[in-house]
Amino acid sequence: MNAAYRRLEAASFRPLTEHTRGFLALVAGLFFVAGWGAYAWSLQLRHGLAVTGLNDLVPWGFYITNFVMFIGISHAGTFISAVLRLTGVGWRKPVVRMAEFMTIASLVVGAMMPLVDLGRPERILNVLRFGRLESPILWDLVSITSYLVGSLIYLYLPLIPDIARCRDALGDRVPAWRRRLYTALAAGWRNTPGQREALERGIRTMCVIIIPVMISVHTVVSWIFAMTLRTGWHSTIFGPYFVVGAIYSGIAAVITGMAIFRRAYRLQEWFTDRHFVYLGNLLLATGLFYFYFTFAEYLTIGYKLEPADKALLLELMVGRYAWVFWFWWLAGWLVPVLLLALPPTRNAWGVVTASVLINVGMWVKRYFIVVPSLALPLMPYEWALYRPTWVEFSIVIAAFAGFALLLAGLAKLFPLISLWEMEEDLAGEAPAREERPRVGRRAARKSGRVTRPAVAWGDGGEEGGAND
Amino acid sequence: MGLTRRDILRWLATAGAGTAAAAWAKGGAAGLLALVREARAAAEGRPEGSAHSGEGMARDAAETRQWVMVVDLARCEGCRTLDRPPQCTVACTAEHHVPFDQEWIKVYEADDHGHHYFLPTPCMQCEKAPCVDVCPVGASYHAENGIVLIDHQRCIGCRFCMAACPYAARHFIWGDPPELPQTALVKYSPEYPLPYRRGTVVKCMFCAHRAREGRLPACVEGCPMGALYFGDYETDLASNGAEVVRLSRLLQERHAYRLKEKLGTRPRAWYLPGHGEAFLGQTPGDGAGVQGGAG
Ligand code: SF4
Ligand code: SF4
Ligand code: SF4
Repeated sequence: MNAAYRRLEAASFRPLTEHTRGFLALVAGLFFVAGWGAYAWSLQLRHGLAVTGLNDLVPWGFYITNFVMFIGISHAGTFISAVLRLTGVGWRKPVVRMAEFMTIASLVVGAMMPLVDLGRPERILNVLRFGRLESPILWDLVSITSYLVGSLIYLYLPLIPDIARCRDALGDRVPAWRRRLYTALAAGWRNTPGQREALERGIRTMCVIIIPVMISVHTVVSWIFAMTLRTGWHSTIFGPYFVVGAIYSGIAAVITGMAIFRRAYRLQEWFTDRHFVYLGNLLLATGLFYFYFTFAEYLTIGYKLEPADKALLLELMVGRYAWVFWFWWLAGWLVPVLLLALPPTRNAWGVVTASVLINVGMWVKRYFIVVPSLALPLMPYEWALYRPTWVEFSIVIAAFAGFALLLAGLAKLFPLISLWEMEEDLAGEAPAREERPRVGRRAARKSGRVTRPAVAWGDGGEEGGAND
Repeated sequence: MGLTRRDILRWLATAGAGTAAAAWAKGGAAGLLALVREARAAAEGRPEGSAHSGEGMARDAAETRQWVMVVDLARCEGCRTLDRPPQCTVACTAEHHVPFDQEWIKVYEADDHGHHYFLPTPCMQCEKAPCVDVCPVGASYHAENGIVLIDHQRCIGCRFCMAACPYAARHFIWGDPPELPQTALVKYSPEYPLPYRRGTVVKCMFCAHRAREGRLPACVEGCPMGALYFGDYETDLASNGAEVVRLSRLLQERHAYRLKEKLGTRPRAWYLPGHGEAFLGQTPGDGAGVQGGAG
């Protein structure tokens, strides 16, 4: 074991065993916010959705916006992890675990939002008892459930060797229940060649399975809207439009999370500036794709200007929703893209700033996809009004707190960086080690190269990152 | 046409179902007269209810109906000359104890290229109903007679149907509905879904409960202008409470149209074009306008 790996292991195990005062304060704060949201929800359960600003003409609002937002964030974990793993991109290794944690946390929170939105949450099981496959809600249920299960497996498989390390290394430094947990979850992992082989096969298979499931998730989320006859929703490109938007906001969320963890866990050595720049490149690319879809969407309705489309566009561009609309274009798209593209800001600081802006911007974007199409008059009446109440604000903010809590919980239980995968790379800096099966082996063989230790996880140079 | 209220009742009720269809099959106006004779005989000669042999048959016969609504825009002037709120809405609200400020038949004031008119809108009971399509639990469904009903014991309150309805016909029980003594003992049925349940969707149901009893919808009876007709595709008859007309002829002669036809929802509410001209400036209720329809 070389020094680089020992440093990483120490840094990864430290948060598992030591809880700083800052962390405890943060958790307390998050619990307070989440508790406040729970209180708001309890009021809503007691008095019904009458406590929200929703009404007969705008029956969906903040909760559905938040649903789309969180399900969107859940895409980045898999996108970064599975896509980069399949294409054998080496620099992904330090960041995938955290991205996968985010997928799980955001899926759980996202899946809660429709439940909060239901008029009769206690009847949720009716969806199983009487479910009609003709309804897009069933598509969502099937798709999101598969994605959650798949993501859990996909998170768990590469975790096994690390859990085994926790089991073996942490010993008395963690309470007994966690030792038992590690022992159980490690599932008898002894790092035998047979186990390694089986694990790698499992991971590769999950990579291939999880990608189409991920794409299906936001596609069917968009179809909740696109399967209606509403102006603004009634669109064929909604599927891919939403998927790209999901990846765009998801990568931004991952970058934001990385910045926070880098500071809190002192991971500068592994979450390097280069990682931010690489992820920033991905973010820039999806941002441009997203522009393409958004542009295509608005141009195709804006060119023909059917009366209802015209009314919607006018309300978006110069009407009641103008400030959110232009806020997104500026803060959610233009400024971030410039930050990501222009050389002076192509650094960690610039990328993180862009990501934070995108996080906020994309929430707003979802809001003006969901609400104006509902508020648009269907009959000869005026634009409907929707004024979210403090209950809705509280629950939405609490959802973010709950997301952060879940993430913090996962990061407290398991190493935030994939130790065993990193060890393979870090081994390259040490005297030669015996050959080990590697995830990227296939790709390497195909390209005619012998497996070589990838150094591209960190400052491995431009080309090292692209293809291992 | 000399048809009494009771005749209409006969037609709506089960006794007329088979006969009327047969009569119409035989031919046109003569058929209507036959129906009237038949109905008279039934009304005079036999005691109430003996024309059919009980509950089961009543249901079967009722299910052969395909209810529709026809709105004569030439006769509707939003109850302006009465200086009262739209009476169809008022009647509906009273009949159903419609909670909160909902209006199940909403009368819009529309301006179309300078034409000013009033547009009463019940639920269209679309044949290809987006609300039914999207419901995840089958709580919104088509009854045999074409009416779109909601099972309030199954509805989960997702409001997808509200987002999907192109006519803004659906309403939600957002909070606790007021408890009314007169509805406390009503037995729930999707046709008359009292008492209302918080967190579920409600809307106009073409007064399915009244049709079952052979009565016209409350809004049709409540309209002082006779602007609302309740009809049936099967027997091809329609009535506004004052007259019985042949449905297909009424629709054809008055160039009936449906709202948002191009969406393909095939609504069961038809509109006869006009701008309230049949009544403007007249005293409603003097009968002048009512007789002038396309019988
Ligand atoms: S008008 Fe709306 S609620 Fe009524 S049947 Fe049609 S889609 Fe459903
Ligand atoms: S609100 Fe009720 S009736 Fe409407 S789609 Fe949902 S479950 Fe069906
Ligand atoms: S048919 Fe009945 S439920 Fe529908 S609007 Fe008329 S009175 Fe109301």
